Amino acid sequence: MSDASKTPVTVLTGYLGAGKTTLLNRILSEDHGKKYAVIVNEFGEIGIDNDLIVGADEEVFEMNNGCICCTVRGDLVRIISGLMRRKGKFDAIIVETTGLADPAPVAQTFFVDEDVQKNARLDAVVTVADAKWLSDRLKDAPEAKNQIAFADVIVLNKTDLVTKPELAEVEARIRAINPYAKLHRTERCQIAIADVLERGAFDLDRILEIEPQFLNAGDDHDHHHHDHDHGHDHHHHHDHGLKHYHDEEMQSLSLRSDKPLDPSKFMPWLQNLVQTEGGKILRSKGILAFQDDDDRYVFQGVHMMLEGDHQRKWKPDEARQSRVVFIGRELPEDAIREGFERCIVT
Amino acid sequence: MTNFDTGGEAASIVSVTDKVKPVSLGMAVTAVHYLGDHAAFVGTEESVAVVDTEGEISKVDVTGGGILSAVSDGSRILFGGDDGKVSSLDKSGTVSVLATDPKRRWIDNVAVHPDGAIAWSVGKTAFVRAPKGEEKSLEVPSTAGGLAFAPKGLRLAIAHYNGATLWFPNMAGEPEFLGWAGSHHAVTFSPDNKFLVTAMHEPALHGWRLADSRHMRMTGYPSRVKSMSWGSGGRFLATSGADMVILWPFVGKDGPMGKEPAMLAPMKAKVTAVACHPKQDILACGYEDGTVLMVRMQDGAEILVRRNETPPVVALGWNAAGTWLAFSDESGEAGLLRL
Repeated sequence: MSDASKTPVTVLTGYLGAGKTTLLNRILSEDHGKKYAVIVNEFGEIGIDNDLIVGADEEVFEMNNGCICCTVRGDLVRIISGLMRRKGKFDAIIVETTGLADPAPVAQTFFVDEDVQKNARLDAVVTVADAKWLSDRLKDAPEAKNQIAFADVIVLNKTDLVTKPELAEVEARIRAINPYAKLHRTERCQIAIADVLERGAFDLDRILEIEPQFLNAGDDHDHHHHDHDHGHDHHHHHDHGLKHYHDEEMQSLSLRSDKPLDPSKFMPWLQNLVQTEGGKILRSKGILAFQDDDDRYVFQGVHMMLEGDHQRKWKPDEARQSRVVFIGRELPEDAIREGFERCIVT
Repeated sequence: MTNFDTGGEAASIVSVTDKVKPVSLGMAVTAVHYLGDHAAFVGTEESVAVVDTEGEISKVDVTGGGILSAVSDGSRILFGGDDGKVSSLDKSGTVSVLATDPKRRWIDNVAVHPDGAIAWSVGKTAFVRAPKGEEKSLEVPSTAGGLAFAPKGLRLAIAHYNGATLWFPNMAGEPEFLGWAGSHHAVTFSPDNKFLVTAMHEPALHGWRLADSRHMRMTGYPSRVKSMSWGSGGRFLATSGADMVILWPFVGKDGPMGKEPAMLAPMKAKVTAVACHPKQDILACGYEDGTVLMVRMQDGAEILVRRNETPPVVALGWNAAGTWLAFSDESGEAGLLRL
């Protein structure tokens, strides 16, 4: 999905009332010199005159390949093919989902549909969350939890409506589910467009590191300052004294090894894992150091779909550490850890 | 890559490339239809390039945006636009707007009946308008992927998710539903009105025998079928989607059931467009590497019409008499061949 000639597609999700339309209107009305084609689920909410706004009917269907979690958005296949007739008239596509939508079928459309793959690439899943109500929704709305778990970027909106402790609480709940997404606090979705669009979150070439976006005291990782944290120093307020939640249902699982992996063991193990547990695994990502291989291998996946490739040579001063992350529901942690251990060259 | 100039069995192929009149259309193309003896190349947006037998190009604006669908009955071409308009272009070059969606929604599909009736679809709703009749509409369970009129009677097939709906707009009673799990796109009736075939989202065709709704699964394609053409008086359905032309037999009452398809013109590139000759048992096929061949159905004998190493061939069509073949790759490098 890294081909620059392909049109980038940003998926905008968020529970009802979180502020998706506000963010969309902001993106469309700001003076950035770019033109966006927008696929919306509800016509008329967008107050901007744009002949590239298309109404969609979120039609999800199962692929006839025997895999029940392999669902795609049929309407997206059709609309993206239609939009491609006007290639050159817009720079990027934004897909707004309904508040109750599962982002997986949207993402999977970009993995399985040959025509969509040829013309477009998934850029990132951006989830708008309501700072005041998200904590409640995470308890009673599985859709809201899915959207947080799936996100590459989380826009935590309406922060002006909550107290500082409330904000800390909701951020901790988000991090319990998804510590890897970029989190931005906003009021009325005021956010730099560059923080939302052109993220390259699904671009294998841009998988540089897999680190929690904010580090808990319990994390055994040595804490050095990463480039991407510039300008987001608010993250660091919470390194101290933050509540640490554990979400019973949705978690992330991080594996690492300083010893190289055996590709003849790891690849079959990973394939088998996503085949058998793919319904539970929402997102996966990895940077791998294989034995007798000077190239970094990177992969990413959505449910049962994986894509991976050699990325580049390991740098001489770079620790050849393998790192794999799964975000999912009721992940069989012990079995996954044991399986991973068996792939390490001893 | 395949190259006809070097060695191998292909070196002996008969070539008519020197008889082709090349035409540079200067626009991206999706299809070609004939208006009499003039080839009308349909652009991706706004324009149609009408090319006469001398290769003279005249461009006509037919929509105000992207052209999502185009069909022809030989005397006019119908277009569905992303500007919410159904428009037509006739032999005289006149453009007419036939319908406008009040909400400016996309006209995803269009169909034209030999009697002059037209059909179009917007999302889940299919519309039919008889030449002098009123407009009627039908909502199907999900977005229409394709439309086709039956060769006899005013009957419309609407392909959608999990099957196709058959609708007689002028008759009371519930439309007939033909079910099959999956997403159905393009749809076509066999010329004898006995079978309905859809191209599915996955690399497969699905068919129904209309007399008893019996299923016909036509699978084995490496990629999605985007081009289908009935040939030899409806005895074969030629299809794209593989690195050869797949020709399903539709002779007898069982159609392709229990039979193997014929496989013609294998290449090292996928077939992207097929067009059967209207009168003779030959077909033209275009490939993703830009090759165009003419193939005799009986024995698979091939004639080279256009060499490879260009963008994919997307437009391929014969005039009604079968005396002209027109083709174009997706970048608008086109050609005309007189037989």
